[in-house]
Amino acid sequence: MAAPLTLLLIVAVTIRAVLFRSSWAELISERVEVVSPLNAWKRVVEGLALLDLGVSPYSGDVFHETPFMIYLFHFVVDYAEIVFMVTDGITAVALYLSIQTYNKNVFRKQKYALESDRYPADCLELLRSPKEMFYIPLKVAMFYLLNPFTILSCVAKSTCGLNNAIIALFILCTLKGSALLSGILLALATYQSIYPLTLFAPALLFFLQRLYIPVNLRRSSFWFFTLQYAFIYVGSLVVITGLSFFLLGSWDFIPSVYGFIFSVPDLTPNIGLFWYFFAEMFEHFRLFFICVFQINVFFYTIPLSIKLKEHPVFLIFMQIAIISIFKSYPTVGDVALYMAFLPAWSHLYRFLRNIFLVSCVLLACSALFPVLWHLWIYAGSANSNFYYAITLLFNFGQVKSLNLISHFT
Amino acid sequence: FRLSSLIGHISTCPSLIGQCCQRHPGSVDEFQEELVIRPLHSGDIYASFQFRTLWDTDFLQEGQKVSHYRLFPKSLGQVLSKFSVRELHISFTQGFWRTMQWGQPFIPSPPGAELWVWFHDTVSDVDGNWKELTNVLSGIFCASLNFIDLTNTVQPSASFKPLGLGNATDHRFLRYATLPREIVCTENLTPWKKLLPCGSKAGLAVLLKSEKLFHSSFHSQAVHIRPVCQDEQCTSKAWELRQTLNVVFDLYTAGQGKKEWSLFKMFSRTLTEACPLATSSKVYVDITDNPELFELSPATPLLSQAVVLGDRRTYSVFDLTRAETFGQLRSLNLLLRWKGDGGEMLRPLLHAERYVAGFGLQTGEIHTVIYNNHPYRAFPVLLMDSVPWYLQLYIHTLTVTSKSRDNKPSYIHYQPAKDRHRPHLLEMLIQLPPHSMTEVTVQFERALLKWTEYTPDPNHGFYVGSSVVSALVPSMVAMNTNFTQDQPLFSSFVPVKEESSYFVRVYTEPLLVNLPTPDFSMPYNVICLTCTVVAVGYGSFYNLLTRTFQVDEPSLPLAKRLANLIRRIRGVPLLT
Repeated sequence: MAAPLTLLLIVAVTIRAVLFRSSWAELISERVEVVSPLNAWKRVVEGLALLDLGVSPYSGDVFHETPFMIYLFHFVVDYAEIVFMVTDGITAVALYLSIQTYNKNVFRKQKYALESDRYPADCLELLRSPKEMFYIPLKVAMFYLLNPFTILSCVAKSTCGLNNAIIALFILCTLKGSALLSGILLALATYQSIYPLTLFAPALLFFLQRLYIPVNLRRSSFWFFTLQYAFIYVGSLVVITGLSFFLLGSWDFIPSVYGFIFSVPDLTPNIGLFWYFFAEMFEHFRLFFICVFQINVFFYTIPLSIKLKEHPVFLIFMQIAIISIFKSYPTVGDVALYMAFLPAWSHLYRFLRNIFLVSCVLLACSALFPVLWHLWIYAGSANSNFYYAITLLFNFGQVKSLNLISHFT
Repeated sequence: FRLSSLIGHISTCPSLIGQCCQRHPGSVDEFQEELVIRPLHSGDIYASFQFRTLWDTDFLQEGQKVSHYRLFPKSLGQVLSKFSVRELHISFTQGFWRTMQWGQPFIPSPPGAELWVWFHDTVSDVDGNWKELTNVLSGIFCASLNFIDLTNTVQPSASFKPLGLGNATDHRFLRYATLPREIVCTENLTPWKKLLPCGSKAGLAVLLKSEKLFHSSFHSQAVHIRPVCQDEQCTSKAWELRQTLNVVFDLYTAGQGKKEWSLFKMFSRTLTEACPLATSSKVYVDITDNPELFELSPATPLLSQAVVLGDRRTYSVFDLTRAETFGQLRSLNLLLRWKGDGGEMLRPLLHAERYVAGFGLQTGEIHTVIYNNHPYRAFPVLLMDSVPWYLQLYIHTLTVTSKSRDNKPSYIHYQPAKDRHRPHLLEMLIQLPPHSMTEVTVQFERALLKWTEYTPDPNHGFYVGSSVVSALVPSMVAMNTNFTQDQPLFSSFVPVKEESSYFVRVYTEPLLVNLPTPDFSMPYNVICLTCTVVAVGYGSFYNLLTRTFQVDEPSLPLAKRLANLIRRIRGVPLLT
């Protein structure tokens, strides 16, 4: 399978290189749907320029990247385009390998279940054959690399691509069974943006399932493994945060990065629900609704983990989708990551009821975003309500599609 | 080297200031008043009033309390002692000074209100003192200075060095704020006039009638308080209060198109006497262009020459303390009649403009253009920009070009803004090549604010305060570094340290920038709609997580059910 994957990578790199060299690159990197105050490339350059001027990048309110980004881009800022293309390639290859491993696991389980005659007669049509499953990893990689959202995100040089790469590598390490690497990568993903914290539960469930440890709170083997994994995770997180302290010698980055993510002071429009809500919020209730919206991201973890404990990979997908919809500064790069997983369950598509409607809603909204933005900001003939309405519809469509897909369980 | 000489120049040498303040032995306070009338080439006329009170007291030392006020206003004295103020400069301006048409003003000021204060180094909480000071001054001058808070206050590191005594370099004790939106009217003029020893009853202040003063192109009133030396050796210090009022009357609106000006036409009053409390009360009329341009009546034998703003000018002096100035009618009404069309004005050597470029409500670019009109000398200027936090500047896009070549500033001090806490501060030292135009551009992004943070008329736009360009401009004429007793007030405001240059501060236009606005009628709707979408998500997850499946027997139609009932009675097998 190396050849088709290589071909796919070459095609993807070509498309990105062509766009980088055209005049569209400048236009795309200013689009609010593609970049947010957390991951815009302009702000990374600004942060590095402030560092050159001798001012801490965190002393103003323009730079909200972690010190790890300063470390990285201090050396490669001249080769940024190549870095982002390579990142997309890494994400695609990681997804390819992880879906391949997942398919092997699924097929093996299916074989055992078939031999022990556990399937009722009318489910036989749902069984998957190796021939069907052969092309799924390639389709997943293709869904990620050739997705217009991913291409836009890469051409805009949004650091969302780097975050996606870390999450994809984390999924690969989890599926391959390496708890140490998985813990370290999850800590790195959490350090970049707080929300991947919720992926701890599905990763833990996967490892427990793999090691045949029953998920029973009274068993000591369960606690033994959980504490080991938690120790790896928390330990790496502490080490990474400590290293960040030593870069600039101050803890300034914590309120600038994590305080910014949680308290949402910047109300720049994006494709999420937070900006207009907090632009029109009564001051008195602001703190209350911030807490409600942030808890909304985290609190689906436990119930979903209980319900989906036999399907940890599906749970990872659901968590990533929930994070992309309800996080404080979403961009299309986050949406592209969970959309890449859809081919993994393609055999169940005929059971989805409203797939046409939902996909039409998402397509129409993606087309209308730039139109209504132009009408509001440049033409002056619409106002913010138009853009807000499309935001609402886009998020509603995403929620509905998630609802549909969750019927797979 | 140039930076230190520029900055060091502004901190006064005690002996130089002392020499301009020789006072009559034995008097405690001293008051001088002066009016300078300068006809402009475009037919407009520029009148500049200066009232100076010297207060012989020294509470720069701890623990001294003052209770006797003679000529110095008590309200300002109490402010100085309570807030440990070392220097205070406040100005209220209506209109914009057109440097290219009117030349350089004696005392420059930006449109709106501007306040900058140096505190003593004994003050521990400068921000607290600043906040209280602005509120107290707001009450004294009937202005809305209470809008000055930490979001529009900056601490310039190089641009506003003290004009009085003392070599201060710690800019933690300096605060600078400007309110470009402030409107100046009679309400502000009246308390300002009350601070004068004679009020508006005698002396030059009788000319200050608001219905004429505000019917002008430019009106600026200011108060400058600073400590000065009283003699050469600086054995004792005094507080100097200068109240200045600059006004430019327009040829067409106030002058009815006729190139003929008189005191009565400008102020609807004539001068009848000097202020009895004044030691000197003079009117200077700039007659450098006299024989060709206009004629002045009544003629006076008193002439005075002064080098001010790099130019040697000749003035006719009318001394109001002498009775013969008023003539037979006991009133002095100066008349200036234009004879021919004016020639070319001396071009100001330093001039600056500023504008916003770009389109749409997302991004923009601030362009500041500085002109150096000196034919062969290059000199450095210090540019200070204070931009509010809701216009996010991107300092990596800063470009400075002179004569279409890159011109890197030798000193940049940049303090980025913190949202809702402090504004941006950008100070740069730029070397201007001779006879050139230098353009400074920087890109910014406009932020969307919370709906309560907009002013009641949000589509009017938001004001960005003027940039300040400070420079030591090379002079064509040797400046006078020796101070004599009779030096007119207008040439002694800024001390001159070297012969070859003079200090100039130019203010650019304030900017008016539009920000994207949310719909203000929608808070309830937005909350409901967004919460609906979140609730749909919650509902579908809840459904997914708590739904259980049960196998259900298909239900029979009604006819078959009735038939089954009868069959049960008969004891016969049921239908399915």
